[in-house]
Amino acid sequence: MININTQASAGTADPASAGPETEPQASRRLAWRVILWVVLAVVYLLAPFVLSAFWLQLLLLSGASAVAALGLRFLIGVSGQLSLAHAFFVGVGAYAYAKLGPSVPGGGTGSVGLPSAVAALGAIVFAGLAGLIFSPVAARLRGIYLGLASLSLVVIGTALLTNVSSLGGVYGIRASALTFGSFSFWDDDPATAVLGTPFGTMQRLWFLVMLVLLGVFVVMRRLERSRTGRALKSVRDAPALAASVGVHVQSYRSLAFVVSSLAAGIAGVLLALVYQNIVPDDFGLELSVLYLAMVVLGGTRSAVGAMLGALAVTGLPLVLTQYASDLPFVAQPGQVGGLDPGTVSQYVFGLLLIAVLLARFGRLPVLLSRVRPARRVAARG
Amino acid sequence: MGFVLIYRSTNVISFAQGSMLVLGVYVMTQVQAAVGFTGAVVIGLACTAAAAGLLHLLFLYPVRFAAPDVTATITIGANVALAAAMTQKIGANVLSLNAPWGSDTVTLGGARIAVSRLCALGVAAVIILAVAAANRYTMAGLVSRAVAEDQETASLMGARIPRVALTAWLLGGAMAALAGLFITAYPNVGLAGNTSDIALLAFPAVVIGGLDSIGGAVIGGLVVGMVQTLVVDYQQQAHFLAGYDTAVPWLAMLVVLLIKPTGLFGKKPLYRI
Repeated sequence: MININTQASAGTADPASAGPETEPQASRRLAWRVILWVVLAVVYLLAPFVLSAFWLQLLLLSGASAVAALGLRFLIGVSGQLSLAHAFFVGVGAYAYAKLGPSVPGGGTGSVGLPSAVAALGAIVFAGLAGLIFSPVAARLRGIYLGLASLSLVVIGTALLTNVSSLGGVYGIRASALTFGSFSFWDDDPATAVLGTPFGTMQRLWFLVMLVLLGVFVVMRRLERSRTGRALKSVRDAPALAASVGVHVQSYRSLAFVVSSLAAGIAGVLLALVYQNIVPDDFGLELSVLYLAMVVLGGTRSAVGAMLGALAVTGLPLVLTQYASDLPFVAQPGQVGGLDPGTVSQYVFGLLLIAVLLARFGRLPVLLSRVRPARRVAARG
Repeated sequence: MGFVLIYRSTNVISFAQGSMLVLGVYVMTQVQAAVGFTGAVVIGLACTAAAAGLLHLLFLYPVRFAAPDVTATITIGANVALAAAMTQKIGANVLSLNAPWGSDTVTLGGARIAVSRLCALGVAAVIILAVAAANRYTMAGLVSRAVAEDQETASLMGARIPRVALTAWLLGGAMAALAGLFITAYPNVGLAGNTSDIALLAFPAVVIGGLDSIGGAVIGGLVVGMVQTLVVDYQQQAHFLAGYDTAVPWLAMLVVLLIKPTGLFGKKPLYRI
């Protein structure tokens, strides 16, 4: 803890806040923004018909993870609470959707039988409620203690999911299709084909997942920049100060927790739609740890970073496993000895995670970070 | 204990302890045929300590000024890579050690207890006493306590923080291997390659006691052990408890944290809001 001030001075390099903007600068920024949105819109409309099934699947999973990562980022980055329970809330969302929705032939465990759109909303509310129940704990605990307490939710959740027989046990349960009127998001056979590509399940889900991701992103962004967001940031940076200027620290901490678990619930519904069949192992400790990795990798102060982190953490192992057989030293399927693709992808993934973080936060040349948090000095009790 | 040591001295939560544990047992089983049981244990402890030390020097020391979530994520990365290596080396085998106490049991007051369990208890007691004594009576212990209390002040007083941190990692690694040794022993059959999650079971014990307190970790361990045994025993009468014995320590931890947010013997924060 020497060198306290070296980074604090570099903290205000954001170009947008560097003095009043001149007229041409502002219009140039606007132009770039319009171009960005147009490109995104074109990609959004064309991607499902151009990409192969592997990449589409990868992006679907990444998109659903990104929704969850946005929620966790809000918790860690804006209100400064560390949570390892995120997979639990995602699991609550996914299971609640499957249980509330219309019963599935062959699902075996029965369900409430609400229309699927209502079930999706109900599942999100359910995840939010779960967050609300846990929020007294979240409001009282700090830092690492909160992280570990939230870990207990994951362990307890996994135990419940595997042992309660109406939730399907280790083999999980099947989710139902999401339908609006006669339009179903799981439908592979209609005659509709665009650009020669059938407009099937994956294409339909693509439009849904990416739209939801955008919606969550915008809401999170508005929330972060609102009065509430500023109050949360003050709670993060100086809880004593925040309390002294009239911010109710405990209720804001609880609020942040509920917001993040709502986002987790949304992600859970999306994952249930993508996976179609959900099992307890999907929502275990490993997933929680991976969510943390996504958020930290992207930088906790950046929502876009969280989404890129989600893409990297979800996509990389898939890509590595898919293409590892092209690397040298990797055993072909069926070959004895040598490294198998799964192991290689784990090596590369683990080491990349370390390398990126070392590059960002270590005493190596700085790659990505423009704005580094100033060292906290006196806030520790 | 390993978690606490590392956390106290470096503020890093090590998610890599699990794969360290497996690494220790793996090394022990590999060299046992050549050097015998005692030699294998010594080599296993040394290798794991060295691995933990390397992890610290290579990956964590360069980011010592970063926030705890960054360092925790780095240990996650290390855990993923090391666990993959272990899974690949061990495959579907179960590691087992031929410990000198074998599968003997003794009868104490009507209860049959495996000798390995008694050894584990004894070794744990010795280590705890040794660490507590070192903390209390040696210069190194004093320095490490000072660093745990306040790194900046300790550094200004001449404490060599890098050395304290490295020592903590070496000891933490060795303890992971030791824990692995007793997890592998009878009455368990051995250690499968994919059980690196097992080290996480240590968390509730440590947290119940309070992360800053070594004595607390012992008491927390006892609480967790008792609660867990009770649940397993009552499963015969109350079937709804079946299958939840892993979850119960965590539930106990939640309850304790709700009442005392830094654990039973944790350091209290300066102010509370």
